[in-house]
Amino acid sequence: MIYQDSKILLEVRGLHATVNGIEILKGMELSVRSGEVHAIMGPNGSGKSTFAKLLAGHPAYEVSGGEVRFEGKDLLELAPEARARAGVFLGFQYPIEIPGVANSQFLRLAYNTVQAERGKEELDPLEFDDFVREKMKLLEMNPDFLDRSVNEGFSGGEKKRNEILQMALLEPKLAILDETDSGLDIDALRIVAGGVNQLAHKDNAIVLVTHYQRLLNYIVPDYVHVMEAGRIIKTGGKELALELEERGYDWVGAEAQTGVRVTP
Amino acid sequence: MSTALQNLVNQPYQHGFVTDIESDVAPKGLSEDTIRLISGKKDEPEWLLELRLKAYRQWLTMEEPRWPNVKYPKIDFQAISYYSAPKPKNKLASMDEVDPELLRTFEKLGVPMNERAKLAGVAVDVIFDSVSVATTYKAKLAEVGIIFCSISEAVREHPELVRKYLGSVVPVGDNYYAALNSAVFTDGSFCFIPKGVKCPMDLSTYFRINTQDSGQFERTLIIAEEGASVSYLEGCTAPKFDTNQLHAAVVELVALDDADIKYSTVQNWYAGDENGLGGIYNFVTKRGLCKGVNSRISWTQVETGSAITWKYPSCVLRGDNSVGEFYSVALTNHHQQADTGTKMIHLGKNTRSTIVSKGISAGQSNNSYRGLVRIAPTAAGARNYSQCDSMLIGERCGANTFPYIQVNNPSAKVEHEASTSKIGEDQLFYFAQRGIGAEEAVSMIINGFCKDVFQQLPMEFAVEATKLLGLKLEGSVG
Repeated sequence: MIYQDSKILLEVRGLHATVNGIEILKGMELSVRSGEVHAIMGPNGSGKSTFAKLLAGHPAYEVSGGEVRFEGKDLLELAPEARARAGVFLGFQYPIEIPGVANSQFLRLAYNTVQAERGKEELDPLEFDDFVREKMKLLEMNPDFLDRSVNEGFSGGEKKRNEILQMALLEPKLAILDETDSGLDIDALRIVAGGVNQLAHKDNAIVLVTHYQRLLNYIVPDYVHVMEAGRIIKTGGKELALELEERGYDWVGAEAQTGVRVTP
Repeated sequence: MSTALQNLVNQPYQHGFVTDIESDVAPKGLSEDTIRLISGKKDEPEWLLELRLKAYRQWLTMEEPRWPNVKYPKIDFQAISYYSAPKPKNKLASMDEVDPELLRTFEKLGVPMNERAKLAGVAVDVIFDSVSVATTYKAKLAEVGIIFCSISEAVREHPELVRKYLGSVVPVGDNYYAALNSAVFTDGSFCFIPKGVKCPMDLSTYFRINTQDSGQFERTLIIAEEGASVSYLEGCTAPKFDTNQLHAAVVELVALDDADIKYSTVQNWYAGDENGLGGIYNFVTKRGLCKGVNSRISWTQVETGSAITWKYPSCVLRGDNSVGEFYSVALTNHHQQADTGTKMIHLGKNTRSTIVSKGISAGQSNNSYRGLVRIAPTAAGARNYSQCDSMLIGERCGANTFPYIQVNNPSAKVEHEASTSKIGEDQLFYFAQRGIGAEEAVSMIINGFCKDVFQQLPMEFAVEATKLLGLKLEGSVG
């Protein structure tokens, strides 16, 4: 939701980035204020996921120009774990499996690390168990999740719920959800989206990276951005997503090139 | 490999100091004279000298094993000193007479040599280079009939027991290094648990190699009579030298009817530097004989050190219904090489064995599991379960599994499972994205991976092993 006088959380200016020497981001611009929900859409290969992972500090991506400020500070100079502790959360498109490490253990360590950073109370295993079970209800998760290895053998839907559970535990200021809707059936999508909606409030912001408009029926964005070839070429309100769903992406590119409004 | 991983596996070795102490070192070289010298220094009976010479003559006809998956230059056995003992070596009446320099050394290593010390809930036999320098809690253990002392002392005080069992599990000519050990062994621990006695405390031996160019050839013999039980721990460290040192030990365990021996090792010999210079060659023969019915021998090892490890703690399951177990974590980093595993020889009926092996490779190291499960025609109803898991850290290390299975009885049941996994950049990024740094992430992954083995270790050892793996891997993640 757009609030009057809300703070700028994230500011991306002229961002260029490469992976294996190939330039993927070419002049990315984006401002996100607290309270807002942004959707970044675009065809395959437009750089959406690169942008999401780069904000989180994935080591495969190299910044070749521009700047990213998070709460006014240079985000790019922080190590990935420092970004996470500062309140940047990435919901993974493909959550990673970690065999042998119990989910409960992993979640508690992550939670306590972030709590410690914020000068808040850390929880022992028993206290944490009560706390996490409460949060799991939000996502209609079975408690046996806690005993299983992190994401190992989870279905696509279970993995995505686990991501949102982590968001619920870590209470990030900025949550970037990368294709959170992919691989979800309609019931799971409803539950996951419901979870995200409950976590959104005026002091945090959400950036949804998605291919399809479908997710945006459940999580209504304040802004919709279209990415192509490594930058945002069009920004609109939630109705833009519907238009994209109907007409595809090609016309946006044509319009951006010619500067002429292309009507259907 | 990313830098976070790199930094994590490259923690400096903490036990690499040398104790400045005057030692009585035999001249380098190996011959019958060397053996007579060792035997003479220890005032040994004639039968033991004969056993040594027999072993030596057999050794001369044997070839160094070439089948292990390890590479090293040929060892010059004439360039090694086979005896090194700190002076003065007069007999000690109490701990107060131990050279304070030695006490300080072991204090630094965290080995409780002082019975009054708070942490000392464990009886320790301390071996420094070639000799046992002290054994704690001897008197207390003697009250229940347990003999726990150095093997040299056992030869003097309990010759009938030593003569009966020494070489009964690992014959003098068993293999190249066992033969060498039988010829030149200098000291080690002896432990005898009489019928029906449950050992009231953990027993342990701490091995320390101090002198450059000396080899350590220790001999351990543990006997548990009918219904007896004991838990035995072993720890090892050595200073940092640029040259390689040879450690060729033999450990023999004998379990009679209903006896139970649990043998745990945390091996942290100096592994050489990050370029593979120096480090211990750890060529060890460990074997347990489940002689009696319903007996049980369990090996648990955490192998983190040594330039080369060549070691197969084994169980010969002769008694009906006897049980053999092998739980192992072997970690290699830098240029370390390990070829380790076990042998489970099923002879008796309804014998059971379990093998759980976890190999972790980092740096440019090479880690092999080699295991034999043999079911003899006599072993009706025998069962084995083996699980061999490998984990790779980085791109330049290797892991191999060589399981040998020989089943000669149709009623036997043998299962083997294996897996290979990798700590990847993506896993570490996932942890990092949740605020967790690389070190904690790796330690969590490794502990998860090794859980089944660590559960088998006595409490304090498990804590130490967990810490040790963490230290060893510092700098390897990145």
